[in-house]
Amino acid sequence: MNTSAFSRVPAVVKEQYGSRTAERLEEIWKTEAGVGGWLSTVDHKKIGLRYLVTSFLFLVLGGVEALIMRIQLAGPDMQVLSPERYNQLFTMHGMTMIFLYALPVLSGFSNYLWPLLLGSRDMAFPRLNAFSYWVYLFSGIFLYASFFVGHTPDAGWFNYVPYAGRAYDPGLGIDIYALGMVFFGVSTTAGAINFVVTFMRTKAPGMSINRVPIIIWGTLTASVGNLFAVPAVSLAFFLLWMDRQFGTQFYQPHGGGHPLLWQHLFWFFGHPWVYAIVLPAMGIVSDGLPVFCRRPLVGYTVVALSTVLTMFIGFGVWVHHMFATGLPPISLSFFSAASMVIVIPSAVAVFAWIATIFTGRPVFKTPFYFFAGFVFLFTLGGVSGFMTAAVPLDWQLTDTYFIVAHLHYVLLGINVFPVVGGLYFWFPKFTGRLMDERLGKWNFWVMFVGFNLAFFPMHISGLLGMPRRIYTYPSGLGWEWPNLITSIGAFLFAIGVLLLVVNVVVSLKRGRVAGPNPWDAPSLEWLTPSPPPSFNFVTIPNVATRHPLWEERLDEGPERSKLHEGMLLDQGRETIGTSTLDSEPEAILKMPGDSYVPLLCSLAITWMTWAALMHWWHSLELSSVLLLLVTAVWLWPRTELGQTAEVPHG
Amino acid sequence: MAKTARMNDDTEMEIAQPLPIGSVGKAASGWWGMQCLIATEAALFAYLLFSYFYLGSQVHGPWVPELPKLKIAVPNTILLLASSFVLHWGETGIRRGKNGRLVASLVVTLLMGIVFMALQGVEWHNKPFRLGDHAYASSYFVTTGFHMMHVAVGLIVLAVLLLAAFGRRFSAERHVPVSIGALYWHFVDIVWLCVFTTFYITPYFSS
Repeated sequence: MNTSAFSRVPAVVKEQYGSRTAERLEEIWKTEAGVGGWLSTVDHKKIGLRYLVTSFLFLVLGGVEALIMRIQLAGPDMQVLSPERYNQLFTMHGMTMIFLYALPVLSGFSNYLWPLLLGSRDMAFPRLNAFSYWVYLFSGIFLYASFFVGHTPDAGWFNYVPYAGRAYDPGLGIDIYALGMVFFGVSTTAGAINFVVTFMRTKAPGMSINRVPIIIWGTLTASVGNLFAVPAVSLAFFLLWMDRQFGTQFYQPHGGGHPLLWQHLFWFFGHPWVYAIVLPAMGIVSDGLPVFCRRPLVGYTVVALSTVLTMFIGFGVWVHHMFATGLPPISLSFFSAASMVIVIPSAVAVFAWIATIFTGRPVFKTPFYFFAGFVFLFTLGGVSGFMTAAVPLDWQLTDTYFIVAHLHYVLLGINVFPVVGGLYFWFPKFTGRLMDERLGKWNFWVMFVGFNLAFFPMHISGLLGMPRRIYTYPSGLGWEWPNLITSIGAFLFAIGVLLLVVNVVVSLKRGRVAGPNPWDAPSLEWLTPSPPPSFNFVTIPNVATRHPLWEERLDEGPERSKLHEGMLLDQGRETIGTSTLDSEPEAILKMPGDSYVPLLCSLAITWMTWAALMHWWHSLELSSVLLLLVTAVWLWPRTELGQTAEVPHG
Repeated sequence: MAKTARMNDDTEMEIAQPLPIGSVGKAASGWWGMQCLIATEAALFAYLLFSYFYLGSQVHGPWVPELPKLKIAVPNTILLLASSFVLHWGETGIRRGKNGRLVASLVVTLLMGIVFMALQGVEWHNKPFRLGDHAYASSYFVTTGFHMMHVAVGLIVLAVLLLAAFGRRFSAERHVPVSIGALYWHFVDIVWLCVFTTFYITPYFSS
């Protein structure tokens, strides 16, 4: 074997799980038991599950806030909530669902699945991965701390100025929201960078970009979009904080500023963000649905391209949130047209799913129900979106419950239903046990009926003129019935979510043991035992087709993947670095071990953010110095990672 | 056990050549990570400059209170741009194993960066307006302030690289942290060119 300090030919072996080699890999990759290991692990699977659990807890929190509001709105002139409380609740509800649930839950799936789907041993930056989780957690807690300090954000999740300015909304609530969002943006950005580089660098040999699963395309597109979109909202919130605390004039008309600057920056982020929180979920369906139709996805290439195209056009539609702000008609026409054009790539995907079901042999398991239900809800939400893309109709409907109906159809339909379906689908991989089918179908039908009962009548109340964000309404306007039905539906939906929780808890203990591939699915994650070992793959797979585990039956060509023979890479934590397009091996990547540094960094940033909020300047300096020191330790060139001149050891 | 790498002929890939181990040039994940960071940071500055132009286009009355003076700004810009070339000279040095050249270039770049920040401080002090006077002033100080913070971070990166270079941690074979740090520094310089053009040059064309 040609081995030098700086290069070697990787050994290629035939090895199985359970072998001596596998045990040695486990020694290299395992996280130490106990609190220390828990706080320092960089294992993408553990981090992925943390993302899933945390975001689910935020989903429940946001859901409880919604239910309280639905009690208040169940009938006219109710007094369960004061107007102030109601404002706080709808603000926290929106913020929680859109930021703290919708993207992080998808990051959970992607973090867990990406290296498994790509035939790799971890993400490109394992420590950054841990860092992005901790920052997410702490920023979520930071935003929720507002409940305990008595100043809760109450200007709505999109937080328009001048209402969110200091003159109309004094108190710390908006400042907590502003700094918390800048803080949260760090997590999103770190995660996005990690996904992009993982895609570019760590696909298994042979997994060229036309062979990666669609969820990879979805998350990649979302991540690239986020890299360009997140700075807009971080800046918008930062400038708002400056306006509120240091007297800058960005949004103050009397000082030469402009309130619409907020809306431009916010929605320039906001609309791509909508696609960031749906495209990976659509990817879940594009990969999951075909498994239950017993055939490959119809139109892989057009679905992948439409994913990318959706995000691309998604950067050119932000003004459709601002049709009623008095912009010139030429601008409205352009953005209206762009908003209609974006229907095309979405429709491509919908027809691909329908064709997959139609030409397949559907197996009616719970995930299939959720995926098929999603297609229905997506279509409905898409139609109401298409309607409001027309400027004249939007002028009638904007700020009414019709918009609330539309956005819930889109966000719950395209995010929550695929997520729950994905949970049923990958739960056996996560835990080694299948979820209960009977309970699963109850789960689906209760959620599906509850959802439509809750949100369909909102279209009606919107058309009847009910504005959004009112804490109560008088009787006699015809709004009583739709609202009562909505409230009942909301509680039914909540029962559906409760059934999901019950199913998870019961199945964790008593679910049927799954084995490596209970659904007989085609992608690489099903090659590993359930749950997968810390090192994922004993040997790095060699991928020759789009469906490595279905090659024999599809028999699309002579190529066969090599799944049990490949590069061993066992001299310390290692994985293979490949070229971006064709995935040809280029380098042996040395991967970092477990580390406390990501946690310490996140704590330092938490401290900084809190100090900035409270104007503790001395404390801010101290925490900044701490952050610099810890970051320097993190990035210090290391021999064992092959970054320095000395001889790397295993 | 381990037979040396050769796959069957029907798979495209064959590993007969040894592969580099660890972080090397554009094969290093960190190099691509820095590219991504630069992309998102560039977007941040694009939004800052968008805010400037947007507010300028919407304002009633004059936007720029007085034509910006170029006496300090132009030499300072040249100084910062020149520092990139000095750093590049050091980076090409370490590619050939010349650690002394790397150390020298890092020291000089650091000094140039510090002088830039000091002069920029003088520039801030000389402005006839303060942060909260009007939207133009807010935009000017916040945008250049963001840039100053990036210069400061860049200087810290260079200082850490200098420490590592003193410890002779880089060689012709392994020096990717230098390349990654240099990439960031070049970005800080190029962004300054955009900020400078926006705030110091465009007013001369629009008035």
